Parts: sequence; structure tokens; C-alpha cells
Amino acid sequence: MADMQVDVAIIGAGPAGVAAGIGAREAGAEDVLVLERDWDLGGILQQCIHPGFGLHAFKEELTGPEYMHRWIERAHKAGVAFLTNSMVFKMESDGSLWVMNPEKGVFHVTAKATVLAMGCRERPLGAINVPGSRPSGIFTAGTAQRFVNMEGYMPGHRTVILGSGDIGLIMARRLVWEGARVEGVFELMPWAGGLRRNIAQCLNDYGIPFYLSQTVIQVHGRDRLEGVTVAGVDEKRRPVAGTERYIACDCLLLAVGLIPENELSRMAGVDIHAATGGPVLNEFYQTSRPSIFAAGNVVIVYDLADWVSQEGVAAGRNAALYAAGILEKPVRRIEVRGGRNVRLFSPQNIVGSGDVTVYFRVLRPIEKRCRIFAEPGLFERRQRYVRPGEMNEIHLKGAALQALPETVTTITLDAEEV
Amino acid sequence: MEERVLSMICVSCPVGCDLRVRVQGKKVLDVEGHSCPRGIDFAEAEVANPTRVFATTVRVSGGKLPVCPVRSRQAVPKERLFDISKEVARLVVPAPVDIGQVILPDVCGTGVDIVATRDLKAKEESA
Repeated sequence: MADMQVDVAIIGAGPAGVAAGIGAREAGAEDVLVLERDWDLGGILQQCIHPGFGLHAFKEELTGPEYMHRWIERAHKAGVAFLTNSMVFKMESDGSLWVMNPEKGVFHVTAKATVLAMGCRERPLGAINVPGSRPSGIFTAGTAQRFVNMEGYMPGHRTVILGSGDIGLIMARRLVWEGARVEGVFELMPWAGGLRRNIAQCLNDYGIPFYLSQTVIQVHGRDRLEGVTVAGVDEKRRPVAGTERYIACDCLLLAVGLIPENELSRMAGVDIHAATGGPVLNEFYQTSRPSIFAAGNVVIVYDLADWVSQEGVAAGRNAALYAAGILEKPVRRIEVRGGRNVRLFSPQNIVGSGDVTVYFRVLRPIEKRCRIFAEPGLFERRQRYVRPGEMNEIHLKGAALQALPETVTTITLDAEEV
Repeated sequence: MEERVLSMICVSCPVGCDLRVRVQGKKVLDVEGHSCPRGIDFAEAEVANPTRVFATTVRVSGGKLPVCPVRSRQAVPKERLFDISKEVARLVVPAPVDIGQVILPDVCGTGVDIVATRDLKAKEESA
């Protein structure tokens, strides 16, 4: 058992982890190691073969694999080391890792700082209480995406999609291009989960019906899926009697939400935020365990991979500074809170003296002139709308934060009509 | 020719602006609702000749994966997407495949090449 010692260890070689590796090396860390359980680098973007990535990072629109190819090349040039086929199965509270892979067996990786970059997982059927049988033919949209785009299988020929998350919308178009029929996308909420451009270019372009405030209330079929019953729901999301209809299909895809993957974080005793499902962070991407940092969808599910990469670089940089003992020491602690129309946000604590960006998602859309703001009087921006599917950014100036009276220990974010 | 007002969502970037486009035939008279100049370009293209970037997979023989992702290097006419899909579905490409490699030049006479969007090694080689 050959144990390893590094300056910065990173779990996961998706967009957050690869970027964190670059950030750590660029900030001066000597030994930076990224551990990846797959045989290849790139994480989930390997299967996101559609264009839509890189407008911010590279000023051009790339597919997922192309986007990751560029970041991976940058990481290799920066001297980031990768171990693939390497599963981290335990994390200690000091951030050290127990790993296994086919060459080295089980080994222990100690690091001066660790970055969590495990990404997120999809909510499965078991999480959403759909009555009926459990035949084959029901997949999460991401599983179907992997089958079609990496393994060359079609999940079905006649598909119903439950939920309007972006992966479901992207898969609707993908299946149509592959010759399948998509009967419709059914969204429980009265608004879309995914980006509007995906409604336009994935559904409207192909005449795929999109139903709001409707859901699947029954699955039919014994061995293979034969159909689903859908129904409208009221404002409390209860099915409305008399609105049921049967749709024959051999495939049901679920695009009903993403959950940050934090089993390892919990093992290490990292505090997990009740609303985000990810680690509680300060603006340095530092968790409640000071040597453990986190970035990307393991923290909060982002709309765009470009933001994940950007956060990854910053988290990696801070991890490197911590490893070198030169990360800024906390000056005071200000807690961030979400107002009435805030579903989730990150970071939750501000401890340093610099400028801070806080990301947040609203609970309900506002489809008219509105403002997003941080009280007391720290930030305000007018917007044409806010939508649950689109992350908002609050920019706080370090000087303004430091000028707050000592009695102010919390700041509050919100969005409201003007 | 009669004036009409079309509603569309701009797909140039993730913002997804709601556009109201006043047109006469295939001529755009004005655009409202865009928040950057790309909205106007999008509306004009959408009225005259809508195009999309096409992304799919091709079958690969002897590769570490059975399929390799590909794209049209530029946007292609929207009405040709299904012809292109059928054309690309016929192909089997031998591994290894390099990112950027031309898989099918001038697909369906559009003047646009289908190119690979990842490296895919042959099965025998290690990752």
C-alpha cells in the first residue's frame, strides 16, 4: 500500500475538479492531484454532446466534450496530476482520503487541503412517489443521455418526459433526432424548470408539447412500460379529478431535479446546508472543516458549466493558499440569509475583507420589472425577470461589508417586484 | 406585402430573450425585446433561413466506446437536420478518432463538415 502526500487533493475530474486543479497549480501548489472514478476525464460533460458550453469561458459555443477537452489540456499544461479509475470511498475529518484503484489497491492520500468536486446526481423515481408498477423503460434523463450519447443504445421509441429540467429538454430533442417520438414534457410546477432557450430550441422547434401543472400519476406495464396516466394538478400540486388521460409509451424519462452528491462530505463531518444539500461555505469556498474546500454542483446546482469552472478555479486557488498557510484569516463573520422568494444561495458566510459574489435561486418567478438586492443597502440591481431556472448574482463590495456596524451580523438577499 | 409580428425566443445564449419581430415577407422591419445585438442577428436568420448547430454521435469500430460525439462545424439549415441525421447514422468510423477530425465533409451538400468533438482511443490502448 503506497500512500501519497500532496499539497492539494481534488475529488472528481468534471468541470469543477479540473478547473480547481488549474487554480491550485496557478496559485503555487506543487503537488496537485485530481482523483476520478471513471476511466476518462471530463465528468458528466462527456455525455453532454450538444452545444451550449463555453460562451463565457472561451467566447464561443462548444459542445460539452469540446469544452472539457480545452480545460483538460490547460490542466495538463499547468502540471495537474490525474488518477483515473480511482474511487474515493472514505474521507476523514482532516480531509485525507481513502482511495482504491486497480493498480494500487487501497491507498491513503493525505493533503494539506482538499477540494470537493463530486458534482450532483439526478433525483430518481423513488424520490417522487409515482404510483403504479415498476417495469423497465423508466430512466433518469441523464442515464438515457449516457445510453444514447456514449453507449449507443436507445432507451425507447415512444417517450414521455416528466419534469422540465434542462437535461430532459435536451434529451427530448436528442431522441427526436434519433428517430424516436416524444409524446410530451410534463411539468408539475406552473413554470419551466430549464432554460427558456431549451424550451425554444428543444421543444418548440420540433412541435413537442409542453404541459405545465401536469404530472404522471400512474405507471402502467408489468415487464416493460406500456403507458402512463397524466393529470393536471391544482395549486397545491394535487391531481385534479377528471383531468386524467392515458398516454401509451415505452419510455419514461425523469428530469425532476439534481441533488449535490455529498456522501464523502458527510463522512468528513462537513456541515451540509438544509436548502442546498451542499456544504455550508464561506466566500473562500471553505467548508466548516477549514482544510476542506468545495466547488461546483456539489455545492449548489448551477445553470451553466462555465460558472462551475469559474468557481472551481477560485476554490482551487484558495485551497492552494490554505495549503501554503497564506489564505486570508477571518476578519469577522457575517451570515447570509435568504428572503421570502429565495430558495437557495451560496456562500452562506462571509468572513474576509474582499469583494464577494453570492449566487441565489428564487422560489417563484417574477415575469416583470423586479429588483434583486442585499440588505442592508449593499446591492441592488433591476432585472426584467427572475426565474427559478436561472441563477442570480449578488455582488458585494468588500469595503461596504467592512463598513457595516459591528451589530450587523447578517445580510439578507431577496428578489421582489418594483 | 402584409406586415406580421412574430414571437420567438432567442437561442443565441442562455439568457433566452423574448423577441417580438415585425416582418414583411422575409424582411425584418424591427426587433423588440433583445438585450444584445445577437438578438437582431438571430431574428433575421430565423425569418430568412433558420439554422442550428447539429450534434449527434457516429458509430465507431474498435473504440473504447461504441459511439463518438460529432457536430456540424457551423450551423446548418434547420430544415435539413433530419436529412443530416440520417446521413450521419449510416457511418461507421474506425478508432482512434481525434477531436476536430472531419467525419463527413460537406454533409448533404450544405458546405458544412461534420467533425468529431472528442478524442476516442482504440480499445487495446490504455486510457
